[in-house]
Amino acid sequence: MFKKFSTSTDIAGQTPVKSSVQRSLRAAVLAQWKIEPETLDVIWPKKEGLVHVKCREHISIYTVHGEPIFFQHFDGPIYPTLRVLHKYPYILPLVRIDRGAIRFLLAGAHMMCPGLTSAGGYLPPSEEALAADTPVAIHAEGKEHAVGVGISKMSSEEMRKVNKGVGVETVTYLGDDLWALQTI
Amino acid sequence: MGAKKNRDKNTNAAAAAEGTTEASAEQQGPPPPEPKPPVEVLYCAVCSFPPEYCEFGSSLTKCKEWLQETHPDLFQKYYSDEALQAKIGTLSLEAQSKLEKDVAKKEAKADAKADAALKKKLSSQITIKRIERNKRKHVTAIHGLEAFNIDLKKAAKQFASKFATGASVTKNPQGQDEIVIQGDVSDEVLEMIEEEVGILKGIPADNVEIVEDKKKKPAD
Repeated sequence: MFKKFSTSTDIAGQTPVKSSVQRSLRAAVLAQWKIEPETLDVIWPKKEGLVHVKCREHISIYTVHGEPIFFQHFDGPIYPTLRVLHKYPYILPLVRIDRGAIRFLLAGAHMMCPGLTSAGGYLPPSEEALAADTPVAIHAEGKEHAVGVGISKMSSEEMRKVNKGVGVETVTYLGDDLWALQTI
Repeated sequence: MGAKKNRDKNTNAAAAAEGTTEASAEQQGPPPPEPKPPVEVLYCAVCSFPPEYCEFGSSLTKCKEWLQETHPDLFQKYYSDEALQAKIGTLSLEAQSKLEKDVAKKEAKADAKADAALKKKLSSQITIKRIERNKRKHVTAIHGLEAFNIDLKKAAKQFASKFATGASVTKNPQGQDEIVIQGDVSDEVLEMIEEEVGILKGIPADNVEIVEDKKKKPAD
């Protein structure tokens, strides 16, 4: 989504978000992420105004003090930026890819099932199976921090069964243009 | 620089968390009313990745040097022989060598790119153009400053206050940005560039040329 993104051409405008909209956004974030209201207050203090940065292709980035906090495509799920995810790694369910897949991920590729189901990979166990179309944190084998944020294209059970094709679509990854963009 | 900035940010966040102690990644504090402290993440100052991902970046050699200098303990963790052995563990030898080759190639590519960018920068020209408006009035257009990482808006402001005239950033017919200053100040601008006044820094004077653009033949 952010493989190519430049502030001068891809941003249409910035507007402060109305407080009523902020309230509903806050509720949506709390519902979608595994995060306590108190922790969210640290990332996004109640008193600080949220700024909506409108980008091409219906991408909205929300910033606090010019720092991107989360983003959304159209009215889909809300993804944290990778820097926020690094600080609070537990807010999204975790999947892990094996070492061979890292370099492809860092080139922006989507994650195929075999990379998730192999020995180095990790998928949530069947008790807490991942549903399709859920935002996930993509970690890498042998690494401490997340390497990307993605959205699951099929449920984790399905990934194990089919073991073919795209399992997790990469949304943002280490080194893409959103990563490079520290402040807007 | 990025790492330092991030560290600042983290400390700010920790301060905002009021009294929560700094905790490591594994510790997930149970008390619900207290906000959880963020995980402190160190970012490489060279490639901005967390240092464990430097090996996939395009500047591994420089990253390694940086890490060894600033965080020798982490360097031991990521690049000692055992760590390298452990990494190879799950990957076939073939894939590993391919990965290494890939990284080397990437690095060479990035170096070449940086070289080319530097060359381009050194060879790019700045034109100061004197444009005649009517017989005895001129404007001065400066083109090409952005190649030297100069903020055109700020530069225009600087010129405006220096010459006490209007100066603005406009698009020329080719669609490139240039600074237009009212009045004939081409020599003064050249002087300013040579003396590196204010934000006009790092421009080799040889790359600056003055041209005249007139409607009619000059009188002299």
